[in-house]
Amino acid sequence: MTATDPVPHSALAQLLQARLGARCARIDEARGQTTIEVLPENWFNVAMTLRDDPQLQFEQLMDLCGVDYLSWGEVEWQGDEASWQGFSRGVEGAGPGRFSWAGRPRPAHVPHRFAVVAHLLSIRHNQRLRVRAYCADDELPSLASLVPVWPGVNWFEREAFDLFGIVFEGHPDLRRILTDYGFVGHPFRKDFPLIGNVEVRYDADKKRVVYEPVASVQPRVTVPRTIRDDSRYEQAQAEAKARDGK
Amino acid sequence: MQEIKNYTMNFGPQHPAAHGVLRLVLELDGETVMRVDPHIGLLHRATEKLAESKPFNHSIGYMDRLDYVSMMCNEHAYVRAIENLLGVEVPERAQWIRTLFDEITRILNHLMWLGSNGLDLGAMAVFLYAFRDREELMDCYEAVSGARMHAAYYRPGGVYRDLPDVMPRYAESKWHKGQDLERLNEWRNGSMLDFLDAFTDDFPRRVDEYETLLTDNRIWKQRTVDIGIVSPEQALQWGMSGPMLRASGIEWDLRKKQPYARYAEVDFDIPVGSRGDCYDRYLVRVEEMRQSNRIIKQCVRWLRANPGPVITRNFKVAPPSRVEMKRDMEALIHHFKLFTEGYMVPAGETYAAVEAPKGEFAVYLVSDGANKPFRMHCRAPSFAHLSSMDTIVRGHMLPDVVAMIGTYDVVFGEVDR
Repeated sequence: MTATDPVPHSALAQLLQARLGARCARIDEARGQTTIEVLPENWFNVAMTLRDDPQLQFEQLMDLCGVDYLSWGEVEWQGDEASWQGFSRGVEGAGPGRFSWAGRPRPAHVPHRFAVVAHLLSIRHNQRLRVRAYCADDELPSLASLVPVWPGVNWFEREAFDLFGIVFEGHPDLRRILTDYGFVGHPFRKDFPLIGNVEVRYDADKKRVVYEPVASVQPRVTVPRTIRDDSRYEQAQAEAKARDGK
Repeated sequence: MQEIKNYTMNFGPQHPAAHGVLRLVLELDGETVMRVDPHIGLLHRATEKLAESKPFNHSIGYMDRLDYVSMMCNEHAYVRAIENLLGVEVPERAQWIRTLFDEITRILNHLMWLGSNGLDLGAMAVFLYAFRDREELMDCYEAVSGARMHAAYYRPGGVYRDLPDVMPRYAESKWHKGQDLERLNEWRNGSMLDFLDAFTDDFPRRVDEYETLLTDNRIWKQRTVDIGIVSPEQALQWGMSGPMLRASGIEWDLRKKQPYARYAEVDFDIPVGSRGDCYDRYLVRVEEMRQSNRIIKQCVRWLRANPGPVITRNFKVAPPSRVEMKRDMEALIHHFKLFTEGYMVPAGETYAAVEAPKGEFAVYLVSDGANKPFRMHCRAPSFAHLSSMDTIVRGHMLPDVVAMIGTYDVVFGEVDR
């Protein structure tokens, strides 16, 4: 825990701190949901503690997924000035899901690009917990596999490997799961184009299905404008605060 | 001496018992299954990636298409995730409507499951009866949303519109006329709530009919009793939820344990199995239909007595009414801003789970403060259940694989996403 973090007040957070100690890098309790962050080297033994400690006893791993934090908080294209081009301006811009492989941006302000997020459930104590670990290496993200802890995580880890390229060390059968046989790339990475790299069609001459670079669709944005800070919301928040204060 | 080897067999993806596009690679020793390798992803549409490039509301329609047999439950998880991040209050009536439609959806799903699982195991008649009843509930879907299946009815902050005062009636046609038409329209003379009242009065009798066909049926029991036993320990290890978990004897239902919408105020029981075999899962699901029927009745009673708004008056999230837009400049601006730009969701993350008919369906939503999600992940119950296939089925006979696929209640829309 760093000094800037708020002091955890819920019973679960205090318990986690007592049991995990320094292995728990950060505790967050936003919106009634508890999140802990652990360092990748502690990923496996924290999972063991969470499952086996009689007061924690998270018997079930409900969900595990990868997250790619590339382009966090970035805008796809600035729409401040009016233009005769309208929405088509968005086609040119470098935004997540639309840039080419060669021109993909490098994460600058995110310390680590890939994270793995697991959602645990304790049926005994009727509690949920979110555990996150950032993979140390952005080029070859890897983390210990949790299959020995919860066998049900098998396919979830295969999915994270398939879609994000996160390697789970010690996984018994780390194959692609959702994408096509022989697929190249990891499609849920933010630098993988939304339209894909190859398209498939039946070639009448060759009498078989062929893969070709995508030509039939153009990359488009469907969000007219990415907006983050809007005065309307600040005003609404101020009004709500004033109402609550009365 | 002759050498005897195991052989490998391909099952699906175009197989009627594969429930969609499941491909299994089976390693068989005679007719005994030694290993199962399910190949999924043939229906992968990258829903989660598509959602990252769209305003939040645009993805509600995708939710219907995940588990396309329990449409509104998926929407419920998604809108709850957004509401959680936004901190929007949902009007009480909207919550009751959601409870009502979640349970209608549960019956729809379980009827579909009952029919198709029956069909897999050789009981043709159940399928036809189940589809007759599904038709009536789908009419309710159509009456509120205009669509029989992909409703997009739940919206952040409430539901799209209030329940209709008039239940649509069948028109006379070449196929529906005379006495047949009268019978079809018998319940449809009043509002949708009247229709549901009549339906819920009649439905337990129909469930009895299904039970007459199956519960003590010798062939049905031969195919399901002691097949695919899932021990409580296994159920926990493999992240099972919903009827799969309950049939193994673990009393766990999000509607009771972590209530959402108005489940804390309705009265119902959780059926629990004892052996964890296919037959127990059948019994649990049949009893769940009866319990859902009870919940629907209670919802109808409340909704009759308590009119009110069904969507939030926070115009940053939900549009103002057409009438207001024509009178009020600010309402018009709100409408324009909402439909061109959507709404911004404060940065943060949330995990919103609902007790979908198949188990725990949840949406993990990460927002970086923009008007579209940064990352959206759907936790699909079928995905977790199907991953245990190899462990559960090993050592069973080939026909039991079909029984097991049926009892998992897999739908590939949500397995492959």
